[in-house]
Amino acid sequence: MASEGTYYVPEQSKLPIFASLGMGAMAYGLASWINGDSANIFLIGSAIMAIVLWCWFSTVITENMNGLNDAQLKRSYVWGMGWFIFSEVMFFAAFFGALYYIRALALPWLSGEGSHASTNAILWSGFAAEWPLMVTPDMAVNGEAATMKGPGQNMSFSTAESIWTWLPFWNTAVLLTSSVTVHMAHTALKNANHKLFNIWLGVTVLLGMFFVALQIAEYSHAYEVGLTLETGAYGTTFFMLTGFHGAHVTIGTFMLLVMWLRSVMKGHFTHDDCFGFESASWYWHFVDVVWVGLFIFVYILG
Amino acid sequence: MAHGPAKGFTRWLYTTNHKDIGSMYLWFSFAMFLLGGVFALVIRAELFEPGLQIVEPEFFNQMTTMHGLVMVFGAVMPAFVGLANWMIPMMVGAPDMALPRMNNWSFWILPFAFLIMVSTLFMEGGGPNFGWTFYAPLSTTYAPPSVTFFIFAVHIMGASSIMGAINIIATIFNMRAPGMTLMKMPLFVWTWLITAYLLIAVMPVLAGVVTMMLMDIHFGTSFFDAAGGGDPVLFQHVFWFFGHPEVYIMILPAFGIVSAIIPTFARKPLFGYSSMVYATASIAFLSFIVWAHHMFTVGMPIAGELFFMYATMLIAVPTGVKVFNWVTTMFRGSMTFETPMLFSIAFVILFTIGGFSGLMLAIAPADFQYHDTYFVVAHFHYVLVPGAIFSITAGVYYWLPKWCGNMYNETMGKTQFWLAFVGLNVTFFPMHFVGLAGMQRRVPDYNQFFADFNMISSCGAFLFGAAQIMLLYNVIATIRGGKKATAEVWDNPEGLEWTVASPAPYHTFATPPEVK
Repeated sequence: MASEGTYYVPEQSKLPIFASLGMGAMAYGLASWINGDSANIFLIGSAIMAIVLWCWFSTVITENMNGLNDAQLKRSYVWGMGWFIFSEVMFFAAFFGALYYIRALALPWLSGEGSHASTNAILWSGFAAEWPLMVTPDMAVNGEAATMKGPGQNMSFSTAESIWTWLPFWNTAVLLTSSVTVHMAHTALKNANHKLFNIWLGVTVLLGMFFVALQIAEYSHAYEVGLTLETGAYGTTFFMLTGFHGAHVTIGTFMLLVMWLRSVMKGHFTHDDCFGFESASWYWHFVDVVWVGLFIFVYILG
Repeated sequence: MAHGPAKGFTRWLYTTNHKDIGSMYLWFSFAMFLLGGVFALVIRAELFEPGLQIVEPEFFNQMTTMHGLVMVFGAVMPAFVGLANWMIPMMVGAPDMALPRMNNWSFWILPFAFLIMVSTLFMEGGGPNFGWTFYAPLSTTYAPPSVTFFIFAVHIMGASSIMGAINIIATIFNMRAPGMTLMKMPLFVWTWLITAYLLIAVMPVLAGVVTMMLMDIHFGTSFFDAAGGGDPVLFQHVFWFFGHPEVYIMILPAFGIVSAIIPTFARKPLFGYSSMVYATASIAFLSFIVWAHHMFTVGMPIAGELFFMYATMLIAVPTGVKVFNWVTTMFRGSMTFETPMLFSIAFVILFTIGGFSGLMLAIAPADFQYHDTYFVVAHFHYVLVPGAIFSITAGVYYWLPKWCGNMYNETMGKTQFWLAFVGLNVTFFPMHFVGLAGMQRRVPDYNQFFADFNMISSCGAFLFGAAQIMLLYNVIATIRGGKKATAEVWDNPEGLEWTVASPAPYHTFATPPEVK
């Protein structure tokens, strides 16, 4: 044990090797599933992973409750979560970069801009760049015979409709509000007001779920009006960006829900020891900021 | 924490000890180095003579692809992480890495990733055959079905690197002994800090690009398909935004190792410590704005060509600062030439050659001639083999007595150095000539015109390979016995790692040392 030192270095642990086994099975299983085999290995891997994560988090929580974690160790967790969020930022940066490149460079070049006149004339004659991309280069050349068809409709804001009936506006309102409520929860906790903390955190979780429900409504609407993942560069960037964001909101909601359950059922978190909640709330602010980027670059300027 | 390691093989599965995990990283890396080396020797055997004799062209493509992937992600990167695991806690006076269980996890997912990746060679349609840079549409439209497995293997490798990097940053920022200010840290710690930042910044971008591939292949998106409004060149941009910082990830820790070894054997403090730190940071910054120099011939606007050309040439400035600092450190030092020093001096000379050919390639109009020829192969092997591999080897010889408490066989070490030195130059130097004469990369057959130089290259490759067996033998023999090493090992080396006994106790610095 860490009796001699101050920094708690855990004993041997079975958690990581089983987590590795779970991750390996998930990766191999998902690849075989996508390639047309059964999903069994993936499901087994996911189950192993879920069990290990449950055990891992309860171990860490127990260690903290037993007073093993000194201030220095807690700072390690803070660094860890901070840099993890930075890695997530860079993951989204790749997709925002792809959106920028396609929209600002690739499409104008395909329509013959700059030194690319022959690209347009020989390969994609008749194609004109536009965003949202409704007529793909394939459609410009092959018409109805095209395999890469554009969307029937896009999700950008058009001045013809009222902003009050525009779903992305409400999505934005819900998510921005949830960032405020999670901050209210944090303030309540800092003031040692556990009851208020539970209320604000519960409201945040509900708002998160509401956001996901609105996203699902928007997706089903999109598929009804002919905007799918397979409708060219617009459908690609629209669904990949909002999809990965939605996945992160789902994860974030789950994290906050776990924190809420820990607080309500177990009475965890005190005003000076609440890293689990704080890291989940940072994650929540991060998905909120990504949404603001999406709202501007995918919906408004779309 | 007074006790030693646990008994039995489960010690290695369950360990949270940075030294155990460092050793596992290093052994895994060496295994991958031999595997990647075998792939390279298949390539060199096929290229021994013009014409097709040993392998099918399809398999040759798989060999070039797997050689690159295994060496980059399996050999070089894990070796540096292994050295970081062993040395950083000891160098900053920490009891262990900041997050010991995650440390174990980031190691143990690697064997799973490589199991998946190497298993693709036995799948229907063969393994990845599109080069280690896996350009679309070769890796999407025309890829074998096993590409799906390749994609998820890359995801795991990325997760491993990100977790390892987070751990290293947390250790450096949070675990330093009292008095160990940032500008007192050994350069190996500094270079790893900056490398870890690069890793966290670009590994997610690699995850992004393989995800785009997955979506294009299986789910009908059109990131890289012009018919739907995408662009195959987009792949290259996203890939090289990862790829260029990646090549510095493979060289910055090498700078740190060499900056530790040269002062020890020149018996002088490192010349220009702070300029070394700033140069490393500058190189890292520049690495983010030079990526398109890998794609000069792809058809970029002229302004882009010029920007990336000049930005690339700028890198020569901080790199030059480093080279001059190493040379100045040696100047008028009372030098001795033990094995780590030999590898380090070879590093300085040969890495500089690789740097110069890099400057030639940076000149956009000239690059149109060099692109996709063996000149490029010669260039990046000159920076990676005497750069990354030699520095790792130097580091292993330098710290091995500290790790296992015994001195290695110096004569055998020096012999290995000269074999490797001769082998590598014989292998890669002629590639400059055949490249300039127009021999293309990644093709199993070639004009008879290039026959002599290729035969020489192949002979050198087998010599270089044989030298590595000698390294393996020397390391195993040193672990099993040999002359006992003192705590200092060398003649008055600098750093906290030399203040603990050799072999280093299982737990070091449970109470942090005082650094003045």
